[in-house]
Amino acid sequence: MITRIAAIASNTFREAIRDRVLYNLILFVLLLVGSAVLFGQISIGIERIVVINLSLTSISVFGVLIAIFIGIGLVSKEIEKKTLYTVLARPVRRWEFIIGKFSGLVQTLVVNTLFMTVGFYAALLYVSHGLGKTDLIPLTAIYFIILEFVIMVSLALLFSSFSTPILSAILSFGMFVIGTFAEDLRNFAVIAHGPMRWLLTAAAYIVPNFASLNVITSVAHDQPVSLALAMQNTVYALLYTAAVLCGSVLIFERRNLK
Amino acid sequence: MPALEILGLQKNYTVGFWRKREREALKPLHLTVEDNEVFGFLGPNGAGKTTTLKLLMGLIYPTSGSARILGMDWREPMVKAQIGFLPEQPYFYDYLTAQELLEYYGSLSGVPAREQRRRASTMLERVGLKDAARLQLRKFSKGMLQRVGIAQAILHDPKMIFLDEPTSGLDPMGRREVRDLIHGLQDEGKTVFFSTHILSDAESLCDRVAVIHNGELRGVGVVAELVHRGKAADETEIVWHGLHAAEAIKHLGGKCRIVGDTVRATLPASQLEAALERIRGSQCKILSVNPVRTTLEDYFLETVGVSPHSAIEVSR
Repeated sequence: MITRIAAIASNTFREAIRDRVLYNLILFVLLLVGSAVLFGQISIGIERIVVINLSLTSISVFGVLIAIFIGIGLVSKEIEKKTLYTVLARPVRRWEFIIGKFSGLVQTLVVNTLFMTVGFYAALLYVSHGLGKTDLIPLTAIYFIILEFVIMVSLALLFSSFSTPILSAILSFGMFVIGTFAEDLRNFAVIAHGPMRWLLTAAAYIVPNFASLNVITSVAHDQPVSLALAMQNTVYALLYTAAVLCGSVLIFERRNLK
Repeated sequence: MPALEILGLQKNYTVGFWRKREREALKPLHLTVEDNEVFGFLGPNGAGKTTTLKLLMGLIYPTSGSARILGMDWREPMVKAQIGFLPEQPYFYDYLTAQELLEYYGSLSGVPAREQRRRASTMLERVGLKDAARLQLRKFSKGMLQRVGIAQAILHDPKMIFLDEPTSGLDPMGRREVRDLIHGLQDEGKTVFFSTHILSDAESLCDRVAVIHNGELRGVGVVAELVHRGKAADETEIVWHGLHAAEAIKHLGGKCRIVGDTVRATLPASQLEAALERIRGSQCKILSVNPVRTTLEDYFLETVGVSPHSAIEVSR
């Protein structure tokens, strides 16, 4: 079982790293990180804050875009191109395929994030003329960004397991946008009345809470993230992802591959 | 023990958006394939061949019925380790090389890691792609992809192989090689179940065939028996040099086709002796005399209820 999942994950990773689009996106992020240095230089006194804010936001947004655009094709492309037929005709269970695909894309995003983190620290080193202990604080934000990617990959995979790539992209991006404002949705639910309150509360719990995973502003101001929040976000991301993956497996298990 | 028992597999699809209705893609199918048999599953396009294979591979779920492959329930994951499958018009991960693809499939099929590379190389050599092993699949021609498809189907040394239109898209040499390969698999003791609408392939390869049309099984039998069916000697074909005897043969009820100096005539077998006498009497040189036998194509067309002259796609 582990061998098969690892083989599928490794093949997904290989597909991603041989995809030129991916390199274009990474290059674009590195350019943005580089341009942060320029913005930093014209922001007298707050160069470091601008570089951290701009770089981490770029890593997050472009990582999410990669998660969505590769994630939505993970299953649908295999069905459309019929490459799935020769995989599922082997002793591979459908859930193993889903988990393998998910792991492969998460692996890809983690490796990409590592590269982009190197770019970010190079920019930080340039504006700060040296790195100190406080420069480790943004690593927590990067860890949260990776948790965000994990959730986004699972969502893209879920939508990909029952709808077309375009619809999957719209739904995934919609979840990302709503999830970013999850706290506002919860606050709105508190002040709402009647059925609307129930509806908004349900929606606030269904969409991923990306707001709590976004600590970019506080780390840019050298405010360390508490261990309790790190633990809470980790457990939340893992449980949310597990639930979404279960949904993907349930849908995919019943699907006829016409 | 039969290699394959299909026990009433049936597949209905729901079609229509507003007015949903059931479309019967496969009527309850009962079929048995014996061990070490090469079994042809024939039918025109859209007859239900691919649906049957997809059901057996677990790619789609049946409305009802079941199947046993190599004595086990067809849904058992263990079964899949012992079967190979080539889909119709296979498409593979085009960013991989042929060697990488086979190693990947090897790992999914439970081939030990240390053996994967060697097994992949051996298979590529067997299908004549040794020199293209390091080439990305996006650079492969259709025929080369079909060969890779066959290699991946037999990579893990399965006991039973399912091939969906294995000779489609191949040139005459490629078709011949696939036929030889199927014969080779039978010699190795494997069972081969393949679907095709190329009847000459089925006739030359299969021990038995089944004909399916509009999702319904129309006939099953041993190829030789289906082809002869007591009609073998009804007509005779004579070919000779010289035009003099043609008129005389027409009077005996023969149908003549003249190309240059050669006449090819088909006439009732009862008139054979008289015809030979007249041809010899006209000083013509007889080139061949053969009984006109019923072909698998005749049987096929008769079974699916189509006249031989209609526009059904039959490649010979």
